[in-house]
Amino acid sequence: MKILICISNVPDTTSKINFTEGDTKFDTNGVQFVINPNDEFGLTRAMWFKEKQGATVHVATVGGAQTEPTIRKALAIGADEAIRVNAEPTDGFYVAKQLAEVVKNGGYDLVIAGRESIDYNGGMVPGMLATLLDMNFVNTCIGLEIDGTNVTAMREIDGGKEKLSTSLPLVIGGQKGLVEESDLRIPNMRGIMMARQKALNVVEPVEAAKPTQDQKFDKPAAKGPVKLVDADNVGELVDLLHNEAKVI
Amino acid sequence: MSVLVYTESFKGKFKKNAFEVVSYAYKVAQDLGTSVTAVTFNAENDAELGTYGVSKVLKIVDDQLATFNAKAYADALAQAAQAEGAKVIVLSTSADSKYLAPILATKLNAGFVPNVVAAPDSTSPFVVKRTAFSNKGFAHTEISSDIKVIGVSNNAFGVVENNTSANVESFSPSLSEGDFAVKSVEVDRVAGKVTIADADIVVSGGRGLKGPENWGMIEELADVLGAATACSKPVSDLGWRPHGEHVGQTGKPVASNLYIAVGISGAIQHLAGVSASKVKVVINNDPEAPFFKAADYGIVGDAFEVVPKLIEKLKEFKAQNA
Repeated sequence: MKILICISNVPDTTSKINFTEGDTKFDTNGVQFVINPNDEFGLTRAMWFKEKQGATVHVATVGGAQTEPTIRKALAIGADEAIRVNAEPTDGFYVAKQLAEVVKNGGYDLVIAGRESIDYNGGMVPGMLATLLDMNFVNTCIGLEIDGTNVTAMREIDGGKEKLSTSLPLVIGGQKGLVEESDLRIPNMRGIMMARQKALNVVEPVEAAKPTQDQKFDKPAAKGPVKLVDADNVGELVDLLHNEAKVI
Repeated sequence: MSVLVYTESFKGKFKKNAFEVVSYAYKVAQDLGTSVTAVTFNAENDAELGTYGVSKVLKIVDDQLATFNAKAYADALAQAAQAEGAKVIVLSTSADSKYLAPILATKLNAGFVPNVVAAPDSTSPFVVKRTAFSNKGFAHTEISSDIKVIGVSNNAFGVVENNTSANVESFSPSLSEGDFAVKSVEVDRVAGKVTIADADIVVSGGRGLKGPENWGMIEELADVLGAATACSKPVSDLGWRPHGEHVGQTGKPVASNLYIAVGISGAIQHLAGVSASKVKVVINNDPEAPFFKAADYGIVGDAFEVVPKLIEKLKEFKAQNA
């Protein structure tokens, strides 16, 4: 089984979010970039496929040279090889088109991407990729077992979960549940050393449309200070929620 | 040319988000000088959609579609969009809508923008406001493709009545075997509870509750308010509560009208997932808990004393306002 893990290079959750160039660009100044958390669950699940079922695991990202430390981290965690499509990922459809090309050229049976990136939160790349490639697709996947080409997957739905059966080739929109938080791996020294020797192939993008463009960003209005209610006067909270906030 | 809407239903009844996406679509249709066509799947009371601005219903009744199937639903919607010549398609941000929207957009060569929180900034060029950076920012995004797919954020636009008379027509999409290559084997849904996605109010508990045996008061508080229950990440990691209740960046997103956090300190990952809620209340014994900076109302106190009192006061309030 040949697996491709799609990785998004995203600002760490604790980053301050600011915009620059007249609020038209995200300000990366002082921001630490990491593997998108939803992608990391898929990467770890792929490591299990590699160790228990002899799978080959590649990682791919669409991004400039500045994303390479993040890709190297994925290699240090245990992926065998990496592909970087040298383009700015400004639109979900454009990114899906680039990844579709990588999948076609690499002949992957299974593609796992995160259900969404934590920066632009689009959540569209996995589904678009599956549709472009005419592969089966399971989103918000919280459990995945593969036997030959038979697939059993668990999907998170609103208010519960759903068990699905399908077959390879398959695209997964993954999240926590594929593996648990405690299963995530931190690269060790040996992994980091080995990652330096692994192939990181840079490919140029294919021509593709960008049907959406972010024109401008802004931040939520500054919130006023919290209104504190005395613990001995809980009734006041009920009043405020009814008369002031009008939510009950 | 109409604006097309995917209206979600469960066991024949429309979900609240169906009325919200219709309300949104009506606004867009007015801006574009056209009308709203809704697509329904095995729904019972199609004419009800007229209340919120639907002029025409394409009613699909098909046993194959009794259980949600993303690819088949997307295929049906794409065919409806083509039949109507729809240029704008509106859906929600439910798990099902997020599953099918990218498939639908790709089939129609359409640009897709999810998490939209307001009526379009303009319709020529077509620009919508959406959340980004886990609710720490907004993007104003132009959709330049001929067909546009918009995912409306829960509780952002609200349900608006636009009394219209809905003309119901039956619609039979032609579905192929390939549409059902992913099969539903079993659906495991907690019965009789409000889901986090549909809830107006969410009551959430954290590690401050000390153990799963203390969740009774969270459930009772939720019960009084008709709210959904949720929990923080450590609580689900510890196995005190099911994973499906975990809200936050790597859990479920919350965009309720009221979010009540009990014994949750407010780690940045938690706040990222819940900050789209309109009004946030925090109950915590630590006045330094970061959640107090993000909340609108707060009580510094022991949850084991405050929550039972709050339940009692809410019951009194409900008795008076019944």
